[in-house]
Amino acid sequence: MRYVISLAFLLVALWLALSGVYKPLLFVLGGASVALVVWLSVRMDVVGIEHNPVLFSWRLVAYWFWLFGQLVKSNLHVSRLVFQPSLVKPRLLTVPVPHQAAVSKVTYGNSVTLTPGTVTLKLTDDTLEAHALDEASARDLEAGHMARKICWLERQQEDCC
Amino acid sequence: MALLVDLVSWALLLSGGAFGIIGALGMLRFPDFYTRLHASGITDTLCAVLIIFGLMLQSGLSLLTIKLVLILLFLLFTTPTATHALARAAVVDQVEPVLADQGQPGDDHDAHSGEPSSKS
Amino acid sequence: MNAVLIATTLAVFLTMALALVRALRGPTLYDRIVAVNVFGTKTVLAVALITFVTGHADLIDVALVYALINFIAIVTVLKLVKTRDLASDDGPEGQ
Repeated sequence: MRYVISLAFLLVALWLALSGVYKPLLFVLGGASVALVVWLSVRMDVVGIEHNPVLFSWRLVAYWFWLFGQLVKSNLHVSRLVFQPSLVKPRLLTVPVPHQAAVSKVTYGNSVTLTPGTVTLKLTDDTLEAHALDEASARDLEAGHMARKICWLERQQEDCC
Repeated sequence: MALLVDLVSWALLLSGGAFGIIGALGMLRFPDFYTRLHASGITDTLCAVLIIFGLMLQSGLSLLTIKLVLILLFLLFTTPTATHALARAAVVDQVEPVLADQGQPGDDHDAHSGEPSSKS
Repeated sequence: MNAVLIATTLAVFLTMALALVRALRGPTLYDRIVAVNVFGTKTVLAVALITFVTGHADLIDVALVYALINFIAIVTVLKLVKTRDLASDDGPEGQ
């Protein structure tokens, strides 16, 4: 029930942000669509199954800032390679995935793909196969900074990595 | 003050456009499919982030800014998923990546200090 | 201020044109899909920029919806080329 109410609040906020026209008729229509979506979600039995306390922590914001820094760094690196294509030395690599929760594994895989220079090819329960554009990108991933950051996000710094 | 905001926003917009072109050039110049994925990553991440930040500074605090934030979030959540789906599909379809140590075995640890002679 | 917006829009258009070159050249099917994906995400940025150039705030909704449609379209096209059947419920079997 908690999740149903928070979903409804989220949808109302989204509707208010996207609409921009505040008239009685539109409030009725908006309320009706929110009710319809909540009913459909309950019927599909998907409310709250992806709930994870990590999503509502300040650590997520800190992680995004850190990821943004990595993004800028790797973008500049790959941009340099665009002008010196002879330095491109692609290679495949496999790194361990130390995280427990599924959402952390997906975050890891997506973050690896999001930073240019490395792309996730295959993500299994405990390994991640990636394609790296050159040695520097590959070593960066192998050093495991990102995996440790996600452990920190998951709050189990002691028992993983 | 308004001038300062404008200047920062212009710088963000123009550098975003520049990164878009660099990424597209990379897509033309890189040797195979997997390396081109990295080039498309430039246009999908830094180019999009810089342009949308620049537009957010132009619009100030309004509904427009909220929509720009939503667009940025959608893009940043969906593009890695699409890229991974593409890479995965190519792997399953047995598109072989060009690897550095295929042609010239043994020189992958020495060559990256810059030896143009080994290339051509 | 408009000059900067227009210059950025032109840069995005150039990016889209270069992506189209890659889509035409191939050589593999996946190169073409990557190019179309880049074309789609740059369309979102171009529409957002045109919103500010013309001052029609409503256009931003088009960009918002396009961002969603583009993702779904790419995944759908991938599934179609893999399985030749959108109704199939698992991976490659038709090839």
